[in-house]
Amino acid sequence: MAANSVKTNTVKTNPTNLMIIKNGYVFDPLNAINGEVKDIFIKDGKVVSGLSGPETRDATVIDARGKTVMPGGVDSHSHVAGAKVNAGRLMRPEDHYRSVRKKTDLTHSGSGYTVPSVYKQGYDYAAMGYTTVFEAAMPPLEARHTHEEMRSTPILDMGAYMVLGNNWFVMRYLKEGDIEKAAAYVAWMMRTHKAYGIKCVNPAGVENWGWAKNVRSLDEPNMHFEVTSREIIRGLAEVNEMLGLPMSLHLHANNLGHPGNWEVARDSLMITSALDPKSKTDLEWAETKESARRKQTVYLAHAQFSAYGGSSWRDFCSGAPELTKYINQVDNVVIDSGSVPFGPATAMTGDGPAIHDLYTLTGQKWSNCDIEMECGSGVISLAYFKSSPVHSIMWAVGLEVLLLVDDPWKTIMTTDHPNGGIFTQYPQLITWLMSKKARDDTAKECHKWAYEKSSLGGVDREMSLYEIAILTRANSARTIGMSYRKGHLGLGADGDVTIYDLDPTKLNVNDSKNLISRLSRPDYTIKDGQIVARQGEVVAVPEGRRYYCQPYVDETVEKEMMADVKDWFKYYTVGFANYPVPEKYLKNPVAIPVNMPLEAVARR
Amino acid sequence: MASKNIICPVCGASCDDIQVEMEGKSLTVKNACKMGNAKFQEIVSSHRIREPLCREGGSLRKASWNEAIERTAKILANAKRPLLFLGSETSCEAMEVGIHMAEFLAGIADSNSTVCHGPTAMGIQEAGRVGATAGQSKSRADLTVYWGSNPLESMPRHMSRYAVYPRGYWTKRGRFDRTVITVDPRRSITAENSDLHIQLKPNSDYELLSALLSLLHGKRPHPSVEEVTGITIAEMEEMLSMMKSCKFGAIYVGLGIASSYGKHRNAELAFNLVKELNSYTKFVIGALRGHCNVAGFNQIASYLYGFPFGLDFARGYPRYNPGEYTAVDVLREHDVDAAFILSADLVSHFPAACAEYLAEIPVACIDIAPCPTTMISDVVLPGVIDAMESDGTFYRLDDVPIYFQPFTNSPFSFTESNEDTMKQIFERVKEIRK
Ligand code: SF4
Ligand SMILES: [Zn+2]
Repeated sequence: MAANSVKTNTVKTNPTNLMIIKNGYVFDPLNAINGEVKDIFIKDGKVVSGLSGPETRDATVIDARGKTVMPGGVDSHSHVAGAKVNAGRLMRPEDHYRSVRKKTDLTHSGSGYTVPSVYKQGYDYAAMGYTTVFEAAMPPLEARHTHEEMRSTPILDMGAYMVLGNNWFVMRYLKEGDIEKAAAYVAWMMRTHKAYGIKCVNPAGVENWGWAKNVRSLDEPNMHFEVTSREIIRGLAEVNEMLGLPMSLHLHANNLGHPGNWEVARDSLMITSALDPKSKTDLEWAETKESARRKQTVYLAHAQFSAYGGSSWRDFCSGAPELTKYINQVDNVVIDSGSVPFGPATAMTGDGPAIHDLYTLTGQKWSNCDIEMECGSGVISLAYFKSSPVHSIMWAVGLEVLLLVDDPWKTIMTTDHPNGGIFTQYPQLITWLMSKKARDDTAKECHKWAYEKSSLGGVDREMSLYEIAILTRANSARTIGMSYRKGHLGLGADGDVTIYDLDPTKLNVNDSKNLISRLSRPDYTIKDGQIVARQGEVVAVPEGRRYYCQPYVDETVEKEMMADVKDWFKYYTVGFANYPVPEKYLKNPVAIPVNMPLEAVARR
Repeated sequence: MASKNIICPVCGASCDDIQVEMEGKSLTVKNACKMGNAKFQEIVSSHRIREPLCREGGSLRKASWNEAIERTAKILANAKRPLLFLGSETSCEAMEVGIHMAEFLAGIADSNSTVCHGPTAMGIQEAGRVGATAGQSKSRADLTVYWGSNPLESMPRHMSRYAVYPRGYWTKRGRFDRTVITVDPRRSITAENSDLHIQLKPNSDYELLSALLSLLHGKRPHPSVEEVTGITIAEMEEMLSMMKSCKFGAIYVGLGIASSYGKHRNAELAFNLVKELNSYTKFVIGALRGHCNVAGFNQIASYLYGFPFGLDFARGYPRYNPGEYTAVDVLREHDVDAAFILSADLVSHFPAACAEYLAEIPVACIDIAPCPTTMISDVVLPGVIDAMESDGTFYRLDDVPIYFQPFTNSPFSFTESNEDTMKQIFERVKEIRK
């Protein structure tokens, strides 16, 4: 056969955009493919069932015999673009001196370990086999900044969730009980700022932080607006399903980082249990065997930071067994883990008061930025040590929240980059999930509280590669509604593929070192049918897409809502006309219309 | 027809409510302050540089656009280590091309913050900064502190738009709902309009900040601090109690902090004071940036390469060491062999040794009006006025990005914007270096 073969480290242009990945062990959970030897065909960037004879001749052929083939990695929660990420970069030159990347003919230079600059960040994700990354928190007023950084990020497909849980208009409408106007407002805001989903951070609490206060429970009305966290979570989740957004409400629960907070996390998750997930988009869905539609009505962010027991730092312990017990009982919850793999980190979140609490504990350098009428954020330097009793427990909790949830379709593996750890530490996390011995070995190096004050020592579960594929691509894509094209290799899916030099039939999960190095530097990262990275080296730098939703509501409600918005706009310091994000801030934008009236859908 | 919602490109306030009416050669501008208005008038000014200039023999002569671009590109491409100085009052988009060029040429990229709020940024790197967007103070602040800053002169509409006079949600009576403290060795007009003027001795900011921190921690500062600062401990206590008892306090630091003795240590201490105050009440702090979009350079340099100013690419990756790779230092030490200057008058504002060296090495610049820097340049490219003649992004003093749209077009057929000019230069540089 006269097919082109790819030699190691040669930059292969692919003018025909045809590719065959032959003989690999394929792990594609959304198509129930569990390590079968299978060929993957890609044409014009999409997975197809096969290629014609002449096409086969022209195709780039990758021999994946004895290797593991997965869909490209999907990170559904990471802090990679925007004002607070950049506040972290600006504040931490010490993080940047230590970790630099030289420019090449193909790639830009960069710097930063916990908060890398955007080029380095894009290359590092791609070199690790990830092709899609969503920014977890975009403040509306600073959305342009988030989009600018995403625009400069190479290779990755991206999108951003808009922070709305302490927004004045949302709080006002929910106080008035006017869910329709709340929905109209959210729809308008998502279109205006090109947001993909709804993020709710410490609902009711961040507004109080405008006065250096917080809320401590779900039912404590905040100052002035007098709405409770419970009302905001319920309201925004209802709005989410009324509009029918591709992803569910994404929640960062109250009392984050506090001992004993697992209860408030569980109670928050209960709030949306009566809702049904509804996705009102008119997308073309790639074929999958399993349902690719999200089942959850709430997606809890970084569960590790919300799964603590005890009542103070002195009797601090894991609350993961209690929290996961609830998650095991219900079908409407997905969590990501926010695990802690030890080492330097930079905590950054829309939860300003949580970061202030960390400041009073640690005295580290601390930045904060409250955003008028909308939200806030905080950033603080951190490092997690195995010698620390509290950090050791956090390490255990970050693994418990994944291992104690029976159904992997309810979990996503993250470090809440760069809060619990850095995304480049994902391979290390995977080894702990796959090997009890790896966990035990680490526990021996930790403070003894790691196992004494958690249940992790008694957990025998070892995840399979199939489960890892669920936690790192299939379910992250499904949870955020991107599985219409991402997270699997069914017909019509994006040709994003990761090939690891791992033979699943000979896998020794207890050889952590080997596993980490192979997961860190996949043989190939393929994006839209093009090889972008080869054994950890970036070999092509295409531009990714930027996804956002365009939800619509009834025009009359929208008009009434706009009148309110214009009336209160005087409290902003930018004019109404200068508020929106123009499309020029997005590279390759993909707008997803949501909740279009039927006739509008037909007309398109 | 009048254009509304135009952004003013002069100071860090980035006021976005300017109305402009252009009729032939006359321009009526509404809502802008005097400083802003003057800049808007430059669009029709007779001083405007309207043609490219190239040096021949000893003097500048008119040149074609292509010749000017070609010579600029050669200056850069032939340099071993060029300085790209990307000044203020221009878009992030234009600056971005310049930083990319510095990377490509293994040169140095720097901006105005190196000579104004660089120490403030370095203070952030020591302490972090607790801040907020301007609307937070507008709606919430009942105490405003101007420390080493004189907004009535450096940012004329700061008080009226953001900090003192506006009627915000919880400050419906505007000025009457607020107390203003000014800390300044001079009796500035801002100080005159304040409720309390702490007239400290020059260069004693660090000592005063330390004493306030001691008092906040319940300790008594050493009595010598009264002599050093010229402020009695009783006055300090009064000031601190005003700060602790307010509902929302905001400090705006100016160059009085960044350029007096102690420099970034002053800023660091001010940031630490505000951090500690947050255990008592809400307090935020920000810098009053005199020039438009100085903040923008810090932001884009940080996200593109990881450092806020003074980036050196000599080794193929970004390095940062203020005092070594910063513009003043590389010029004084003769560490660069050519310079490109975008929208800044370095010859007037840098130390004499730097200006003299600039006159020795090949220099190209983009500017809108003749100034000492254009006079020593080998190539002068006419500047397009951002926010009036081209669109783009500025970052406001509080790091909020503002998208600006022009009310008229570039007056030139050969370039649409400074960004466009920068891109044309970069294209040629790449071709020459190939
Ligand atoms: S305050 Fe500054 S931005 Fe506003 S009009 Fe005056 S010069 Fe322009
Ligand atoms: Zn997060």
